[in-house]
Amino acid sequence: MRKIKCALIGPGNIGTDLLYKLKRSTVLDPVWMVGIDPASEGLERARNMGLKTTSDGVDGLLPNVQADGIQIAFDATSAYVHAENSRRLNALGVMMIDLTPAAIGPYCVPPVNLREHVGKREMNVNMVTCGGQATIPMVAAVSRVQPVSYGEIVATVSSRSVGPGTRKNIDEFTRTTAGAIERVGGAARGKAIIVINPAEPPLIMRDTIHCITESAPRAAEIEQSVRDMIGQVQAYVPGYRLVNGPVIDMDTHRVSIFMEVAGLGDYLPRYAGNLDIMTAAAARTAEMFAQEILNGSLTLEPVPA
Amino acid sequence: MNLKGKKVTLHDNTLRDGMHPKRHQITLDQMLAVARGLDEAGMPLIEVTHGDGLGGASVNYGFPLHSDEEYLSAVIPAMKKTKVSALLLPGIGTVDHLRMAHELGVHTIRVATHCTEADVSEQHIGLARKLDMDTVGFLMMAHMIEPDALVAQARLMEGYGANCVYVTDSAGYMLPDDVTARVTAVRQALKPETEIGFHGHHNMAMGVANSLAAIEAGASRIDGSTNGLGAGAGNTPLEVFVAVANRMGIETGVDLYRIMDVAEDIVLPMMEHMVRIDRDALTLGYAGVYSSFLLFAKRAGAKYGLPARDILVELGRRGMVGGQEDMIEDTAITMARESSPARTLTQAKA
Repeated sequence: MRKIKCALIGPGNIGTDLLYKLKRSTVLDPVWMVGIDPASEGLERARNMGLKTTSDGVDGLLPNVQADGIQIAFDATSAYVHAENSRRLNALGVMMIDLTPAAIGPYCVPPVNLREHVGKREMNVNMVTCGGQATIPMVAAVSRVQPVSYGEIVATVSSRSVGPGTRKNIDEFTRTTAGAIERVGGAARGKAIIVINPAEPPLIMRDTIHCITESAPRAAEIEQSVRDMIGQVQAYVPGYRLVNGPVIDMDTHRVSIFMEVAGLGDYLPRYAGNLDIMTAAAARTAEMFAQEILNGSLTLEPVPA
Repeated sequence: MNLKGKKVTLHDNTLRDGMHPKRHQITLDQMLAVARGLDEAGMPLIEVTHGDGLGGASVNYGFPLHSDEEYLSAVIPAMKKTKVSALLLPGIGTVDHLRMAHELGVHTIRVATHCTEADVSEQHIGLARKLDMDTVGFLMMAHMIEPDALVAQARLMEGYGANCVYVTDSAGYMLPDDVTARVTAVRQALKPETEIGFHGHHNMAMGVANSLAAIEAGASRIDGSTNGLGAGAGNTPLEVFVAVANRMGIETGVDLYRIMDVAEDIVLPMMEHMVRIDRDALTLGYAGVYSSFLLFAKRAGAKYGLPARDILVELGRRGMVGGQEDMIEDTAITMARESSPARTLTQAKA
């Protein structure tokens, strides 16, 4: 069966974990890994897995795009360079899945709005943040039952799973996540909090979702909706688990949901569910577009620069 | 201990750390009364924000009676000499909050991180430095790591542009020797012009003693709050500290009788409950748990039928850090489920 050829930009933790997932895909074929450091372990690992690699950044990839038939690229670098990477690859007709917080394209949280992206011919979609992927399905699970006037999430991640890029620009996390709680989660107002915990052994990612509903919460419907949504996330992140809740407070209209996200342990350890849910969501998103390309309903075309 | 002639800058946290025992419900009139009283008393610096810093308004930490903007806008113009500081925890507040605080006339910004995570403060410390603010790095739960590890984190904050770095005993866990070891190490490692501060909690009744140990080890900024209004058993009670400082010849520039009167006449009547070393607050200090967890644990204990002390000990055992207030209800539910008779019965059958 034909597969859609892909390039990965950024051979760090995220890029490498994503590579493991793409290797298992029935519709995606990872062909290139792009880095900027010739001595990078990630590039070497990709070479050993049979990928072509370049340490010249996107410059090194561009001349090979046509010959190798690359149609989808994943950017796991940083928000600072993403826009330029995206522009140059889009110009060659390559669709971009953005794993940075740059968010120049529309947000995509697969179980909530992946279907909405079908047929829109978007050339860049953004995967929000790890905390967003872990929590926005739950905000949406409540807001599809009844209007949510306020959605707040607290993502607690192990210190070992937070890379230097996130640390340097932690405000990007809170802003991007808060925006997506509103636009994808359906809350009228969103707030995001991230806490980094250095405990050893490392704690598995925890996510708490607080929603304030406009009218009295409809407990039974919310519980059913939350259960259904968890099942949908578990289809690509099996370690997505309800620990407690939904706690429903009739006086304050508060609905609180306490989740845990364990990763698959592909390249990153299981506690780093925050990174696993990002790469799993990106892979799932790309697979949907790949299926569209394969069945002829989507034709990628160069975007004039 | 001879500290005669030492000059120390006191930093009053009543209107920030004191927001915790007040569930962030201090009125503008109360804020103004405390701030004016402290201004009259010669307090050089006071902190005003939500208890969890700028942007702390949330389900998770509590919604305040007024926004940070409203509090700061009310207090700053009313001050004759006293400067105002604001706390910011990266991950909760952002540089947008920092800019807002700067525009409202905040003099000092304190960027707080867990003691091992200083590198999330680069953005905020960098901006505050660029805005030419008095820029402070605030290493919370400093009892959790050894002095040499703390030094590495303090150096990061200094490198980003902090002109003062705090050793923060958020759990009120430290004993004077713990303070001496950490402040000495940080003092020796940082540039001579970088100030060192100490922020204490009174959960083990060590607030004053620890502050003296910090000064002896080279700290020049000391936090506390008037009548001790702060999280847990409160902060170092500053009116007591000033009295001790007077006897020892430490120069604070604060008028003892005036701050005594603020404590007695203004802050005490504001208290909804006595901020004191009850068994739960003592547990915070004993087990090394973040002080602002106190009221959350009491509420969760009441709701799920558990002693707050047991919840706090469990949170400590699980290595919870500042900001993880969401895990208090979560932990209580899990504990209640595991200790329920139904569960015990099922297990017995199995």
